[in-house]
Amino acid sequence: MDDAVSVRDLVVERGRRRVLQGISCAVPRGTVTGLLGPSGSGKTTLMRAIVGVQRVSAGTVTVLGRPAGAADLRRRVGYLTQAPSVYADLTVRENARYFAALHGRDHAHADQTVADVGLAGAAGQLVGNLSGGQRSRASLACALVGDPELVVLDEPTVGQDPVLRADLWARFHAMAAAGTTLLVSSHVMDEAGRCDRLLLIRDGRLVADDTPAAVRASTGVTDLEEAFLRLIKASEQEASS
Amino acid sequence: MNPRILAATTGRILRQLRHDRRTVALLIVVPTVLLALVYFMYVDQPTPRGQPTVFDRVALIMLGFFPFIIMFLVTSIAMLRERTTGTLERLLTTPLAKLDLLFGYGIAFGLAGVVQATVASAVAYWVFDLTTAGSIGLVIMIAAINAVLAVALGLFCSAFARTEFQAVQFMPVVVAPQLLLCGLFVPRGEMAGWLQAVSDVLPLSYAVEALQEVGAHADPTATMWRDVAIVAAAAVAALVLAAATLRRRSG
Ligand SMILES: Nc1ncnc2c1ncn2[C@@H]1O[C@H](COP(=O)(O)OP(=O)(O)OP(=O)(O)O)[C@@H](O)[C@H]1O
Ligand SMILES: [Mg+2]
Repeated sequence: MDDAVSVRDLVVERGRRRVLQGISCAVPRGTVTGLLGPSGSGKTTLMRAIVGVQRVSAGTVTVLGRPAGAADLRRRVGYLTQAPSVYADLTVRENARYFAALHGRDHAHADQTVADVGLAGAAGQLVGNLSGGQRSRASLACALVGDPELVVLDEPTVGQDPVLRADLWARFHAMAAAGTTLLVSSHVMDEAGRCDRLLLIRDGRLVADDTPAAVRASTGVTDLEEAFLRLIKASEQEASS
Repeated sequence: MNPRILAATTGRILRQLRHDRRTVALLIVVPTVLLALVYFMYVDQPTPRGQPTVFDRVALIMLGFFPFIIMFLVTSIAMLRERTTGTLERLLTTPLAKLDLLFGYGIAFGLAGVVQATVASAVAYWVFDLTTAGSIGLVIMIAAINAVLAVALGLFCSAFARTEFQAVQFMPVVVAPQLLLCGLFVPRGEMAGWLQAVSDVLPLSYAVEALQEVGAHADPTATMWRDVAIVAAAAVAALVLAAATLRRRSG
């Protein structure tokens, strides 16, 4: 199958630490792929390498058939940073319209995207006055507004209530059904079950790259949280022996 | 560069400024208050015959300084915010070119500088009776170029600041020497040779000389145009340096 992202032997050093230690993985087109792992395991770093803002020490990252960070990819890839990166001194609508303009989209499209993330009622509010969850949805709207072919979302559902989370996941699947590829990082294990594929990393190494069903089957437990704990424990034993 | 993206970026920066009403008010009011202060300081000082009054001499140069100092500060902080809040990193993953962002700041804050200089000049000429041989339009033009120079320097310097505290410290570093050596306090020709040499490479010296030319001559002089060209070239050079500090990839 055709992959939207393929990563080979990727090594990244940040400061003096080797944060990614030779990761190889792929994200198939038109899927929602979950990126999971303990805090500090390198999820954000891997996503930064895929969108082309991370300096890498070795390995290759290919995105939509081009080397990551290539100029023409910038109109085809959308990136949601982990910390909301929107202008606090602009309204939600003004933020979305600005990012829409960068992608050549009009105001109506921007306003629609704001409504899609459930912020129609707060569109005229300054981002600085929003709640944490609203602010991260404003940031999400700005990542989606260019209709990118590949969407890289770093913890998009943090701080959202269960209803909104369900809405957002439904939207992600609708986008995937329409051909968009999504890579979504998360801490929440019940979200792992909603993904088509899972990438589990620990300490900068890939521990699992499979479908949720296969992860359950290989570990012999139905609860994904438990399955991940087992996989991580097994990888720790492997590392220490 | 892309005209649509440049226009959107300029509009976005101006919109941010518009939401900050207090900053806009300070931008407009503070120069006027300071001009009033200088006016009343010197109003009773005797003036030697045939020479411009101290107020005429000082106020003319102040009109060039305000946009320079203020736009330098405003730009350094604005750009630092882009860096620390992650919006810069995000912008660099979009089709925006580095020059779209830098010219966006140059145009937006350049316009803010023009508004500031226009109000301050109008007050100086019509309330405090500033007299110059040349026209008010030339004064505003030089002030506008100063504003763009300040924006360019601010964009460049913000790359070397990690925090707002550091960014503010660049103000005395960049602005104070140019202020001291520009010829306002001691005429440049009377300075020690090495100070003159330093003064010769500081762009503000040329802006001040251009303003003094407007003060002394009814028509724009060749010296004034040369000075204006030097200041504009310095602004372009600073913008290019600032572009070199913007890296799409970081560690
Ligand atoms: N700017 C940086 N300079 C140096 N080291 C960094 C930097 N950013 C992150 N690191 C280190 O890189 C490692 C991986 O960080 P990363 O942000 O990729 O983790 P993460 O899996 O996204 O964690 P979380 O789930 O908490 O967001 C961590 O050990 C972190 O301390
Ligand atoms: Mg992270």
